[in-house]
Amino acid sequence: MEPLTRIQRDARPESMLLNMGPSHPAMHGTLRIMLELDGEKILNAEAEIGYLHRGFEKTCENKTYFNLLIYTDRLNYVSPLINNLGYVMTMEKMLGVTVPERAQLIRVLMSELSRVSDHLTCLAAMAMENGAFTVFLYMMKAREFLWDVIEFTTGARMTTSYIRIGGVRADLHPDWRGSLTTAIRETRQVLKDVSGLLDKNSIFLGRTRGVGAISREDALSYGWTGPCLRSTGIPYDVRKASPYLIYDRLSFEVPVGEFGDNYDRYSVRMREMEQSLRLLEQVAGLIPDAAPLSAGPTIEPSEAIARSRRQRTGERIRLSPNLEGYEKERLPGLVATDKPIAVPPKEDTYTTMEGLISHFLFFMSGKGIRPPKGDVYFSVEGGNGEVGFYIVSDGTDRPYRLHLRAPCFHLVAALEQLIKGRLIADVVPTFGSMNMIGGELDR
Amino acid sequence: MSGLDFLTTRLETAIGWGRKFSLFHYPFITACCGMEYMSAACAHFDIDRFGAGLTRFSPRQADLLLVVGTISHKLAPVLKTVYDQMLEPKWVIAFGACTVSGGIYQNYAVVQGIDRIIPVDIYIPGCPPRPEMVLDGLLKLQDKIQHQKQDWRWARKT
Amino acid sequence: MGQENLIEAIRAKLGDAVEGVSDSFGDAVLTLRSAAVRAVMAALREAPFEYAVLLDLTCVDFAAAEGRFELVYHLYSLTRNVRLRLKASLPAADPSVETLVGLWKNAEWLEREVFDMFGVRFEGHPYLKRILTYEGFEGHALRKSYPWRLEQPRIPLKGDV
Repeated sequence: MEPLTRIQRDARPESMLLNMGPSHPAMHGTLRIMLELDGEKILNAEAEIGYLHRGFEKTCENKTYFNLLIYTDRLNYVSPLINNLGYVMTMEKMLGVTVPERAQLIRVLMSELSRVSDHLTCLAAMAMENGAFTVFLYMMKAREFLWDVIEFTTGARMTTSYIRIGGVRADLHPDWRGSLTTAIRETRQVLKDVSGLLDKNSIFLGRTRGVGAISREDALSYGWTGPCLRSTGIPYDVRKASPYLIYDRLSFEVPVGEFGDNYDRYSVRMREMEQSLRLLEQVAGLIPDAAPLSAGPTIEPSEAIARSRRQRTGERIRLSPNLEGYEKERLPGLVATDKPIAVPPKEDTYTTMEGLISHFLFFMSGKGIRPPKGDVYFSVEGGNGEVGFYIVSDGTDRPYRLHLRAPCFHLVAALEQLIKGRLIADVVPTFGSMNMIGGELDR
Repeated sequence: MSGLDFLTTRLETAIGWGRKFSLFHYPFITACCGMEYMSAACAHFDIDRFGAGLTRFSPRQADLLLVVGTISHKLAPVLKTVYDQMLEPKWVIAFGACTVSGGIYQNYAVVQGIDRIIPVDIYIPGCPPRPEMVLDGLLKLQDKIQHQKQDWRWARKT
Repeated sequence: MGQENLIEAIRAKLGDAVEGVSDSFGDAVLTLRSAAVRAVMAALREAPFEYAVLLDLTCVDFAAAEGRFELVYHLYSLTRNVRLRLKASLPAADPSVETLVGLWKNAEWLEREVFDMFGVRFEGHPYLKRILTYEGFEGHALRKSYPWRLEQPRIPLKGDV
């Protein structure tokens, strides 16, 4: 027999206790809300989280700095690239690395693509849970176009592990401009359509206007950041407050709301997507076309190995398709090469002993990336707010402690307060507008 | 009796055919794979083309349980309850590496494969599996349903 | 307000609550006596410091060290756009510290998480209950002494020997 929870203990004998979740379509599978009800009215609420606790932090303590990158993809799985970026930039702060300009531009491009897809998913789910299924289908359609851009370059749709310590994994796909233009055009059209469907829709307004409102003081006290904090009128955005990458050179606005209710959270996200699309266009204009690889024949690695037994060859070695974009010639534009923090060029491993050794050492246990002792905190603006990483290093190749400051955690902490005194039907839009992401909330 | 045998086989085929194209699925979505489930369900990939478009959020109305995403030990009893609530005939698809084997999360918090909790019919690996993989898995399940032997004991009782 | 002035001001206000001040990769870090955590936080929240946001709270288990558990608080001042890290060490035996519930609303959940993962007790917390793991989970998962792969199933699993 489990001990009583607070809500069970404090409930009045005449009221009814209702369990929402964890297996409930609007609870995204990983949250349980216990409600004390008087008819439809919520007298008291208690949220229970942890259903998707996957031991992220403990696992990271047992992985090398290079290997744990894949786990960061799966934190906020709607915008994996921003999580990659947060972790990677924290490491770069500790290692003191300057990232090449081209890699920085690509990082901005990828973060903004992820941000749009994050907001699209949040609003799609929120709208669907409020009965607007068409909006869901439209927004998912737009997301597919954005993911096409990501997939062309990174090779994966979601869990990309593309942004690496020191730079990025590969150069942009040769046809990236075309797919980006399509994605921006399609997303704009979807945003217009969705605005037309929801902005003046009386059902949607009835369930969002004035529902789940939070004051500025409370939002700050709960540690809210991101679109949810901005919906209360506080223009805090990490990209503006402490600019990273090249955000200080780009022009974009930080949309704010007024009342901090569900509708404001919806509208801030809608306007932010437009700003992100603007950013995408600016960055696309700033990224120069990749220099073509040097002409001349390319040879297979096996042939290069055979030839190098007799003499050093000058021909370019063809990489396997899954290493495309990581050619030795392009590396200086993509990763910082002043320190041994990125995977050494693959071509060298075939023909030179030094290349093979450096490659081997990079992956060898105890030899890879080893930051100096100390602790560091760095944050970037994620889809939900400030994604911060706190890393304690003891000088070895594994973090002594790695902690994620998850924006969701703070948002969901306020849920109980927001739904108290309201009706059961208000739980769904309020929870939907927060954009709870289990992987980030429970880690 | 050979005529009856022939009839039985045909009836089985007919039942299998009917069942495989009317899969009401219950998506037990917890994590990352849910994003790919959404993609598979929406316009680009459209799971509805294969007769599995109707999502039921009550296990009592569903006959296909899609377990999508990591199952932690905290969530394991919930999954078991949901499976027990489903009526026969029922099938289970393990969607993604975490449900197949625990995936990259081999640690104190995660169940190492949902087949330790409930029986599984189709495993779809991938972290997360692409929507094409999901459709492929669904087709394999349909194939399995088509060729499933019926249990005729209920008919003999009367 | 520069960092030196900040330390001066805190010292002037709270006596010897601050044990040390350091800089870690450009982040300002204050080390506090664990008994003074709440008093310092309450003061930092008000003018002239105005650290209105409790960004984060976590803990580090230095298994071998004398002050085994180190609480790490991150504060953020919206008006001055600066972050501040505060640390307080707790002993291995019966680690406990005064709660911040009442100062910040998210402290309730953050402290529950630290309690769940490290077993640090927060005096005066209204509802100190496990949050990420479940009732019946033995030990505290993020302590260095807890084995990485030790599972504690809630229901019997197939394949268990």
